[in-house]
Formats: sequence, C-alpha cells, structure tokens
Amino acid sequence: MLDKPSAGPMPVPAKKPAPAKPAVGPVQFAADGRMRRSFTVKYWSIRNSRMLEAFYNLFEKILVLKAPVYRWIGYERLERPAAAVERAVKGFLFDCRMCGKCALSSTGMSCPMNCPKQLRNGPCGGVRANGNCEVIPDMPCVWVKAWEGSRNMVNGDAILDVQQPVDQSLRETSTWMRVSREKSGGVTK
Amino acid sequence: MSVDINPIDPGLPLDPLPGHSSRGRLERVLRRGEFAVTAELNPPDSADPNEVYERARIFDGWVDGINAVDASGANCHMSSVGICALLTRMGYAPIMQISCRDKNRIAIQGDVLGASAMGVQNILCLTGDGVQAGDQPGAKPVFDLDSMSLLETIKIMRDEAKFLSGRKLTTPPPVFLGAAINPFVPPFDFRAIHFGKKIRAGAQFVQSQYCYDVPLFREFMKRVRDMGLHEQCYILVGVGPLASGRTARWMRSNVPGIHIPDAIIARLEGAADQKAEGKRLCIDIINEVKEIAGVHGVHVMAYRQEEYVAEIVAESGVLKGRRPWQREARQDEAQIVERLDHLLHRDAISPQEQAEKAVTNAS
Repeated sequence: MLDKPSAGPMPVPAKKPAPAKPAVGPVQFAADGRMRRSFTVKYWSIRNSRMLEAFYNLFEKILVLKAPVYRWIGYERLERPAAAVERAVKGFLFDCRMCGKCALSSTGMSCPMNCPKQLRNGPCGGVRANGNCEVIPDMPCVWVKAWEGSRNMVNGDAILDVQQPVDQSLRETSTWMRVSREKSGGVTK
Repeated sequence: MSVDINPIDPGLPLDPLPGHSSRGRLERVLRRGEFAVTAELNPPDSADPNEVYERARIFDGWVDGINAVDASGANCHMSSVGICALLTRMGYAPIMQISCRDKNRIAIQGDVLGASAMGVQNILCLTGDGVQAGDQPGAKPVFDLDSMSLLETIKIMRDEAKFLSGRKLTTPPPVFLGAAINPFVPPFDFRAIHFGKKIRAGAQFVQSQYCYDVPLFREFMKRVRDMGLHEQCYILVGVGPLASGRTARWMRSNVPGIHIPDAIIARLEGAADQKAEGKRLCIDIINEVKEIAGVHGVHVMAYRQEEYVAEIVAESGVLKGRRPWQREARQDEAQIVERLDHLLHRDAISPQEQAEKAVTNAS
C-alpha cells in the first residue's frame, strides 16, 4: 500500500551534524595536491646525509668528466632518459619534485620543494611547537629536518647561502645534465 | 615642529640623509637610536577609504610606522597596496607588507615600484601564512619567491637599479627593508642563524612574532648579540594584549606560529578582569623586553583592540616623552575649505529652477 503524501507542511529532514572541523585546515592538504607518502626512505636519506653528500660529490665529478661523451651523444638526446632516471632515483630517495635546480647539497638532503610553501631559504614562522608543519600538521617541518641533516654534513654550512628563486622554466628537467653541461663548460670548448 | 616632517608639505618624503636608504620617518627614528614603536592597522573589509583613515587615526601621535598587512592569516581584506596608497596621501608612514603567498615575482616587483612611487618608505617582506589558515583554503598558494629571495629582489632593485631579470630601472625605489622573525618556534638553534641570513639578504629592520615567552626571547637575543647581528639590523619585538584566556587558547591552537606559555594563560584566567589583565601583561612584557640589549623598539599588534595601543604605549613609557608624527591640519587648510564651500554654494539653484529659468529665457 502506497503512502499518500500527507497534506500540510513538508517534513523537515533532520539536519546532519556538521563534520568535526580539524584544528587547522584540511589535514591532508598539500600545495601540489599530492598525497602524503611514506617518509621512511626520505628520513633515512636525511639521517645519512653525510654519506650521500660524499657519494654525490663523486658522482658529480664523474658527470663532469663524462661531459665530452655526453656532448658527443647530444645533451638534447640524453635529456629525457636522464630526467627519467633522475626522477626515479631521487624520487625514491628524497621524494624529489623535479624542480630542475637541485639544492639538496645545501639543504641537508631534505628536498625543499616538499615544503608546502616551497621555501628554499629556511623555515617559515609557522612551525608547530612539536616541529611539525603548519600546513600539514602530521608532517615534520622540511626545514627542521634540513637543519638536522645539514649538521651531519661536511659542507653543511651551505645551508647559510641565500638561494636564488627557482627558475620555473627548468621544471621537469634533469639537474644532472645541467650540472654536467655547466660545470664542464669551461673545460671542453 | 618635529625634525621628521617635511616643512613644505607633511605628506611629502623627507630630505635624503647620508647613509639612509629611505626618506621615511621610521628609518630616521631608528638610526637616531630612539626606541621606535610601530603598530598594525586592522585592514577593513570595505571599499570605503574613510574606514582606513578612521583606523589609522587611533594611532596618531603614538607610533612611528603603521603596518599595512597583506591578507594576514590568509584572510581576504583590503590590499596592502591600497591601504598604503590611502595612508601616504594623508602623510602617514605605512610599512607595506608583502607576502609571497599571493603574488609571483612579476606582480611583486611591479607593486614595489608602484608603492615607492606613492611614497611608501618601508617594506616588510614576509613568506605569508599558508592558505589553509584563512577563509579561502581552496586558493592556489603561489610562493614563487620566499621571504629571503623577496628581500634580495627588492635590495637588487634599490641598490643596483634593476629588476631581477637585469632590466634597468630609471629610478630605483628608495625603501627601508624589513623582515619578520619568529624565535619562538623550532628549530630553535637555527633561528638566530636564519636571522643572520635574512640580514645578508637585505633586512635592515625586523619585527618579531608575538613575544609572550620573555626568557626564550632573552636566550635568542643572547645568541644574536654573540653573532653581532643586533648591530647590523634594528630589532622590533612584537607584543600585543590578549583579550582573555580563551582568546589566548584559541590563538595558540589556530593561528600558526604563536607560542603562548601556560603560565601566561593561567595569569589571564586567574584575573577578575581578563581584558585589563591582558593589557597589563602586554605593558609588563614591553617593560621587560625594552631592557634587553639589542632591542630597538616594539611592534604592537593589538588586533581588534587598536584603541588600547595609545594607552599601552603611554603607560609603558617607551617613548620617553617623544611625540611621534601626528596628522595636523595645515594652516591654510581652513581657508581652502572655506573658499571651496563658498564656491560650491555661491549659485545654489536647484535643477528645477534652472530648467524654469531656461524656459522663460527661451520664450
């Protein structure tokens, strides 16, 4: 049997209770919309910043030495595969965002582009008392970690250098190839 | 008449002095070694210029600079450029805040030139709160520059007369550059070093975040003195009255970067009149920090309690009898008003009368 719609005022649907608002903004909000990921590897890299620094210094020397070879193959031809490898390796180790102007050596091996404000010169004034981020409350501040990482490094005081604003036209390009090209520029040619 | 007023027109910039980078009052006061007081103007959510003037008038004769905030806490308000345009018209000395959250380097460099052309002498470079803190959490955060590279950009524009790109400026903006510091949040051992980095990037004065933890600040200042930073940069300590214990608790958990010790909240909640106690607390903190070596002034942020700024400054006695600039009517202003009034009402005929007159003239 069908219920006849009753005459008179429409029944008012019970109001849903408003969802509890988090203390500060949406919790999983990140500047570039990425989901947060496991930090295990990233923090391993920061803890081992000294070893990674030594490794990179060696790696950079090789990159510069191999520059004539790269130049013979052609940097344009190498750019895409090199960027793919760089993204995979640095993405795994540092959660690299491929800004194209890598500053890891002067930021204690903590990638500054992971900061929701993408600060490249130190922490903002919004760091929480527990050392976590203002924007993403359950992520430790990128710069608190950077400071810790830099203290382990031989050349950790590079964190004191004022970094230039990032050149957005270098996004998604390989820093390795750029370094090889620029640092070898004076030697060959 | 104060030395910090242009004798020709109080609204005009002052004569340039050797060693000064701006032509403003704030820099003169600081360089003379006087204890400076700045305050923050609560930006209106309105298109009415009189609201800005009314809010600025409260500070008349009590402060050396008025901060025009740039969407503080990521909440929409009248822009800092707009507020500065209005304030400089009246001869006030605004400190224009620029936050990196909302504008990229193209917009920022344009604003710096525009502001300087309007007579803005002081610019405060900030990173800006994240958009999640404000009323429009869905906005796109820009953060093209950060506070450090923003300082450096404006320094390049001022000292080398060129844009960041290298293009020449015909007239560089003579501005006094400021930055913000927050010694009250981690990483604590990096904060003083970070402050030094800001000085290297171009900061000439800094305003700190709200200081409610004086022992922590004292420790920070000790580091600053050890590094000699207080001789390279003027330090203004941020202070402000708390309206009640509840407000303090709310601020602590909702406003990024504010550290309020439990003892302060307990003191407020234990008082019979919490508002009066908040004011007294602010005065006590001013009296404590002004004695710390290397402190050059206070920055009073009395959000929604702006009317107390004068009382706080007066009762703490930091000005030592000095009277900062106050907007005064010029001698000829009354005459101009009278003359204008006369001109306006000389042939006051209503449009209707005018029409009738035209008809009789035609016939």
